[in-house]
Amino acid sequence: MSVLLDQNTPVIVQGFTGTMGSFHAQEMIDYGTNLVGGITPGRGGTRHLDRPVFDTVSDAVTETGARASIVFVPPPFAADSVMEAAAAGIETCVVITDGVPGQDMVQVKRFLRNFDPAARMRVIGPNCAGIISPGKALLGLMPGHIFLPGKVGIVSRSGTLGYEAAAQLREEGVGVSTSVGIGGDPINGNSFKDVLELFEQDPETEAVVMIGEIGGPQEAQAAEYIRTTFSKPVAAYIAGRSAPKGRRMGHAGAIVQAAGETAAEKVSMLQDAGVAIAPNPSEIGTTMATRLRKAA
Amino acid sequence: MDIHEYQAKELLARFGVNLPHGGLADSPEQAAATAREIGGDSWVVKAQVHSGARGKAGGIKLCRSNEEVWNAADSLLGRTLVTEQTGPRGKMVSRLYVEAGQNIAREYYLGLVLCRESETIAVVASAAGGMEIEEISESQPETMQRIIVDPAVGLPAFQARDLAFKLGFESREVAQVVKIIQGCYRAFRNLDATMVEINPLVVTNEGEVLALDCKMGFDENALYRRPEIADMRDRSQEDPRESFATDRGLSYVGLDGNIGCIINGAGLAMATMDMIQLAGGEPANFLDIGGGASPERVAEAIRIVRNDDNVKAILINIFAGINRCDWVAQGVVQAMQQTELDVPLVVRLAGTHVEQGRQILKDSQMPVVPATTLKEGASKAVEVLNHGLGTQEVMEAAQ
Repeated sequence: MSVLLDQNTPVIVQGFTGTMGSFHAQEMIDYGTNLVGGITPGRGGTRHLDRPVFDTVSDAVTETGARASIVFVPPPFAADSVMEAAAAGIETCVVITDGVPGQDMVQVKRFLRNFDPAARMRVIGPNCAGIISPGKALLGLMPGHIFLPGKVGIVSRSGTLGYEAAAQLREEGVGVSTSVGIGGDPINGNSFKDVLELFEQDPETEAVVMIGEIGGPQEAQAAEYIRTTFSKPVAAYIAGRSAPKGRRMGHAGAIVQAAGETAAEKVSMLQDAGVAIAPNPSEIGTTMATRLRKAA
Repeated sequence: MDIHEYQAKELLARFGVNLPHGGLADSPEQAAATAREIGGDSWVVKAQVHSGARGKAGGIKLCRSNEEVWNAADSLLGRTLVTEQTGPRGKMVSRLYVEAGQNIAREYYLGLVLCRESETIAVVASAAGGMEIEEISESQPETMQRIIVDPAVGLPAFQARDLAFKLGFESREVAQVVKIIQGCYRAFRNLDATMVEINPLVVTNEGEVLALDCKMGFDENALYRRPEIADMRDRSQEDPRESFATDRGLSYVGLDGNIGCIINGAGLAMATMDMIQLAGGEPANFLDIGGGASPERVAEAIRIVRNDDNVKAILINIFAGINRCDWVAQGVVQAMQQTELDVPLVVRLAGTHVEQGRQILKDSQMPVVPATTLKEGASKAVEVLNHGLGTQEVMEAAQ
């Protein structure tokens, strides 16, 4: 099994006919994603990539039964697209767009609170690599060929380090159930903890690789959740142990601003929660494989 | 993006934040004239650099006469100020802010941030003014007061009033404090700030509440809709290496070591930096080529990284997803054909089209040191750095 996405999940693309949207929509179709259409306001009624184009997300949901969406619209309009998806009843919305203003995300999160928690849309991203359930479906940018289908979940802020982890697991003969990139922005949709909760409930995810970085409270929240509740083995790597203090390291969110936000502090909290820590980014795969052998 | 104190004060004044009388100067004569215009019998001459802790570094001078103002300005202008926050390179002082001196009775801290925990704007304040917020949260956390703002409502007066009373302001001061807090909130929200800091917020002997020092930071992702803020950018306060790359649409972080790094993705940048340090080296910079980089873009990246005189070796570390290793390899070959690279180059490729990429490098017969893993890339970069251009052994060992 997998979380959030499989080969049956009907998916739409917001920003379908743009360069980015078109390119990645084709990649997703080629991978086997059940891509049922897309949205470009003003182009409703036409077809693109042999699929229907709609003016609004609401139209697309009514016509296709879409349950997930992926957003490629430019930064000034991205938050609006996410709110439109939430209002139309989409369940999972992946926001690829890099450069969404922080206060737009504040607004999105406030808007989502209008919905009952059980019916509230799940946002992944922005500025993320998306979701892949290897061998089933892709709702993101990942290169499918590096992922072996299997039973380890991956949750990572960084897209590239998620690839790194998947490739290293593959070397060890370990496959992936679902990999989720939650993005590098200061205010994002789902946190590590949100995704870990999904992996906890998925009977076919047996262990999880978590890749965090400096800055923000989400790794600490995850450590607390793992310590008290999470029942499966976890291996983790935290990037940025050598980052100078107060410097923003590429990701807007990768800057140490408060206590508990350095790599050393995060590593120690995760260690206390029983997580196996990869000492360096080349040993994420072996750390997970060793942990799995111990658990067996 | 950071701006200067005088710019922050200009912005906050528009939102009703009460400030001392002051003016800008870029010469001793102008500083003295500004002081005369302000009047009174004491003035503060403040170096305008993008850094906190200016006082400790000698960048803020209290003056009791017009002559002292002239002398203070003369000694500060054109000087490079090195503070705890600027790094050893320091920042150039080319402008001063001259302000009326105040008789300070009490000092407070007031800050607004985009809070990642509550995912909204948060106000943080303390009666322990004048200290850095990190020091306050460590040594006197009990003095910290917070407001979490509901973005759908804004910041109602009662919340600000409640905060003011909790901080111990006297009744006659509270209305002034509320006006300042609400003004800062509106400035934060309307201008897409990421940080507004008033430190200290003071009460004078005369009972007036004033924002004595102001700092603002802005969301770079929102500058497209804040052209006035974008115009406040001061390139003289930036690392010139970073400005150069930013102007070319590349993401760059300048550091103090000597290994130049070209990577894709911020996470991989941090991981590469960790690996280099583990291997005993220090990165000089990071340049992120992003996704779908063309050979030309890769070649340009190599030139930019090489431009830094501190760079004595270059490590290219690419895990291609939507990038293509063959394009990266073509970019490397292009850069080396166009200009003779005088520092050793280590290239680690993985992911999409990796075999083609490695083949292109091999066929080019360029002196490129190949690596397959992140660990190998980092250790070879340190190795070639320590052995200068004598990379032949490393290359043979790799093949």
